[in-house]
Amino acid sequence: MKKISSLLIALALAAAGAQAATPAEQLAGYSATAKAAADPARGQKFFATQGPKEWSCASCHGSTPTGMGKHASTGKAIQPLAPAANAERFTDVAKTEKWFRRNCNDVLGRECTPGEKADVLAWLMTLK
Amino acid sequence: MTALRFALLAPLALTSMLAHAGDDRYALSPAYVQECGACHSPYPPALLPKESWQRLMGSLDKHYGTDATLDASAQKSIGDWVLAHAGSGKRARTAPPEDRITRGDWFIREHREVPKAAWSRPAIKSASNCSACHRGANEGDYDEDRISIPR
Repeated sequence: MKKISSLLIALALAAAGAQAATPAEQLAGYSATAKAAADPARGQKFFATQGPKEWSCASCHGSTPTGMGKHASTGKAIQPLAPAANAERFTDVAKTEKWFRRNCNDVLGRECTPGEKADVLAWLMTLK
Repeated sequence: MTALRFALLAPLALTSMLAHAGDDRYALSPAYVQECGACHSPYPPALLPKESWQRLMGSLDKHYGTDATLDASAQKSIGDWVLAHAGSGKRARTAPPEDRITRGDWFIREHREVPKAAWSRPAIKSASNCSACHRGANEGDYDEDRISIPR
């Protein structure tokens, strides 16, 4: 049964044109590009650091992103970000990249580096 | 899992894309709900005129203070869909200030019974948070019977 449902998921992902990957695979990809090992403690600090607009990642995702977040300007509920709390997170490369691009621009006024992405993802993966 | 549900439900959603003339329900494109509805209520495109949507879709990199850029294929398909469903009736005769639905004359008129202080309640926060009170807003349902203003 488990095999059949994974097959169905794989088919659905392929049909949607999504590039499926696990959080660990994406972390390995970012670390390889950064040519450095990820540091979860640095990721945690980065997550809480405010940018020029006084937003941080935590402004919308909450400081402990195993729980629900809330969009800082619209109030819209945001599903948990940590993979342990939300199995959908970091399973689609394009989606991960899209949100890093948008949200890093919003918080920092620039895109995040592969090293920063690796650190944040490594920290999120430590949350239970 | 969203992708699975999406793949299975997309054909159903398409066949249910019927016009709900005369009431306050709107059929929304699944891609629109997924992309735009991630940050805010998926506002019915009929609530803004075409010229507002053209400006909004042309400036997603600076979308009310956030980067809401899409990949090229989503930009095209969602852009085509909102323009095809842009408002043409009395609610969208002219573009509201800053292309904000909440600043349109009809919006202000329709919400005149809502006490001013209610908008800033923590559960509501902003007039753009449709689903705080319109419980079916995320599915395009603004029927008056489903309004419940949180305390």
